[in-house]
Amino acid sequence: MLGLSSLWMTAGSMLFALVGALRLPRAAVLDSPSKRVRVSLPETLAAGTAFVPPGRSMAVFRDEDGVFAISTVCTHLGCIIKPTAEGFECPCHGSRFAADGSVTRGPAPQPLRWLKVSASGEQWIVDEAAVVPAGTKVNA
Amino acid sequence: MKSADASGSALGAFADNLRAAPRRIREGAFRGGAPHTDRTRSTFVFGNVFLHLHSVRVHRWSLRWWTTAGLGIASVAAFLITLVTGVLLMFYYKPYPDVAYASIKDIHFVVPTGRFMRNIHRWATNVMVVTVILHMARVFYTAAYRSPREFNWLIGLALLVTTLGLSFTGYLLPWDQLAYWAITIGANIAQSPREVTDALGVTDMFDPGGLQRLLLLGSDTVGPEALIRFYLLHVMILPLGLTMLLAVHFWRVRKDGGLARPSDADERLGPPAQTYPVFTEAPAKTYSLAAVVRGRTEAVNRGPENTLPSMPHLFYAELAVTMLTVAVCLALALVSDAPLREVANPLVPENPAKAPWYFLGLQELVSFSAFMGGIGIPAIVILGLALIPYLDREEVQTGDWWGGPGGWPLVRRSIAVGLGSVLALEAFAIRFGWLREWFPAIPQLVVTFVNPATILTLAYGAYSVWLVRRHASARAGALGLFTCFLCGFLVLTVIGTHFRGPNWVFYWSPADWPRH
Repeated sequence: MLGLSSLWMTAGSMLFALVGALRLPRAAVLDSPSKRVRVSLPETLAAGTAFVPPGRSMAVFRDEDGVFAISTVCTHLGCIIKPTAEGFECPCHGSRFAADGSVTRGPAPQPLRWLKVSASGEQWIVDEAAVVPAGTKVNA
Repeated sequence: MKSADASGSALGAFADNLRAAPRRIREGAFRGGAPHTDRTRSTFVFGNVFLHLHSVRVHRWSLRWWTTAGLGIASVAAFLITLVTGVLLMFYYKPYPDVAYASIKDIHFVVPTGRFMRNIHRWATNVMVVTVILHMARVFYTAAYRSPREFNWLIGLALLVTTLGLSFTGYLLPWDQLAYWAITIGANIAQSPREVTDALGVTDMFDPGGLQRLLLLGSDTVGPEALIRFYLLHVMILPLGLTMLLAVHFWRVRKDGGLARPSDADERLGPPAQTYPVFTEAPAKTYSLAAVVRGRTEAVNRGPENTLPSMPHLFYAELAVTMLTVAVCLALALVSDAPLREVANPLVPENPAKAPWYFLGLQELVSFSAFMGGIGIPAIVILGLALIPYLDREEVQTGDWWGGPGGWPLVRRSIAVGLGSVLALEAFAIRFGWLREWFPAIPQLVVTFVNPATILTLAYGAYSVWLVRRHASARAGALGLFTCFLCGFLVLTVIGTHFRGPNWVFYWSPADWPRH
């Protein structure tokens, strides 16, 4: 009886230690560079034409109502979508999005994310981590 | 004088012992002497840790070509080839982004025989995936999963999943465009439970998808952490797991009474030909202790008449299959190079971004819904497969190809049903689109649960239930369902591989792909 209970206690503590050890692979060190990007829009950028800052997965637009940025990460499986004349299209599984980011066909479960834009002098700061409601446009 | 004599004889004994050392090492390693007779061969098999995974004698039924078609051995052989070539590749491979790509390039273009080894590694993987799937089909169609072999069927399923896991983790390692985007998609499939939790609005509290992705990638993006994790899984955790599962799998084959065979196998085989050397020498001990064990083992109430010594009969067969597998892998590696695209670019996806071919059926499904195609339906399929031996408790025609009510005609009809429904649904979805195109504002949950993938699964399920009722047999339903899913897998894989082009649009031929 005593032996059996000590056996179970050993087994229990080893299991507990194992569960604790399994905590390790859950990424503890997250490499989190700043998600805020400084963007200079070209003077000649026409309304409805996307400006993609080099090295970033976003499309920045300017029209008469102001400046707005839409994430080009597909909401389906994370491929980088391409801005086209009508909106956006995803190369991986054929999702299509309208110019405002809403899904028009394909498997994407959600509209594209609109990113927070703020003015900074002549430039704009886009925060990839902050999502704003679709249709939010910012003026200088 | 006396001491000189003693030292002389001591030296002599020393020399004798030295001379005898090789013989003693040999005798110690292989107790029972050289395997010349049936008896010494039995002892040899029994006394060798690697060989004793086989029983000492094997039934003649198991040695017939079409009992197994050698598929299990071929999978093991392919696994061994990947082990050897994989270890060789590890001498040069460096698991860090961009450096990894350069090292694969080195292996491909600089290292002597490096390209050949990498090709063999890749082709052996493909051969392994094919033979594992065919091996499962063989076991299923000969009803060999039935009692007492249910548990080994589960082990086999675990081996299938591990095999797919090994090939998936290996796919990232070259760190080229193909690898990067396949893994991005894979990791987001792991995250796809969010499709449901987002629609229900509970992601902030309960987010299994995000956790799965975080565990897989070790980061928010596919980067160095993801690569080292995939590397660790690929060269350490999964191969170890696979090896352990394999040991249990083999051991259970033996403990469950060898391969499944019909109860009247002895009558059907007839008496053994006179030329078979059955017991050329009486056994000195009863190695077949199983004969006195109660329960359903092979040897209970049976004589050894229809069995043959594993050595050499079974070993020749295994060696032949292994040689064939090696030859096939070498031939394929000579004619076709493993692909290596441009170095991974996180800003521009490969278009079309395709996973390895055996996942393209799944990719076709996720192009309808990430969650149902990538997680829901695979989970249903695995669960269904796992349950088969516990639902089919029948005993008729175990060990016979297409055994069970309905037999081959039922399988034939199921092939027609399976192919017909998947082709019809795909043709409809390709021609007319799906709910999102017709009603852009439709709630996501509707699309998640009502799409060609789920409808196909339901149709197969309904057909199978109808078969169960019609034949009053779970086996009939299982035959229908397994055949249907095999057909579905085949058609979806072919469509995903050959008929999907840029933007996952349907094209009859890659020649029609737009140029850009």
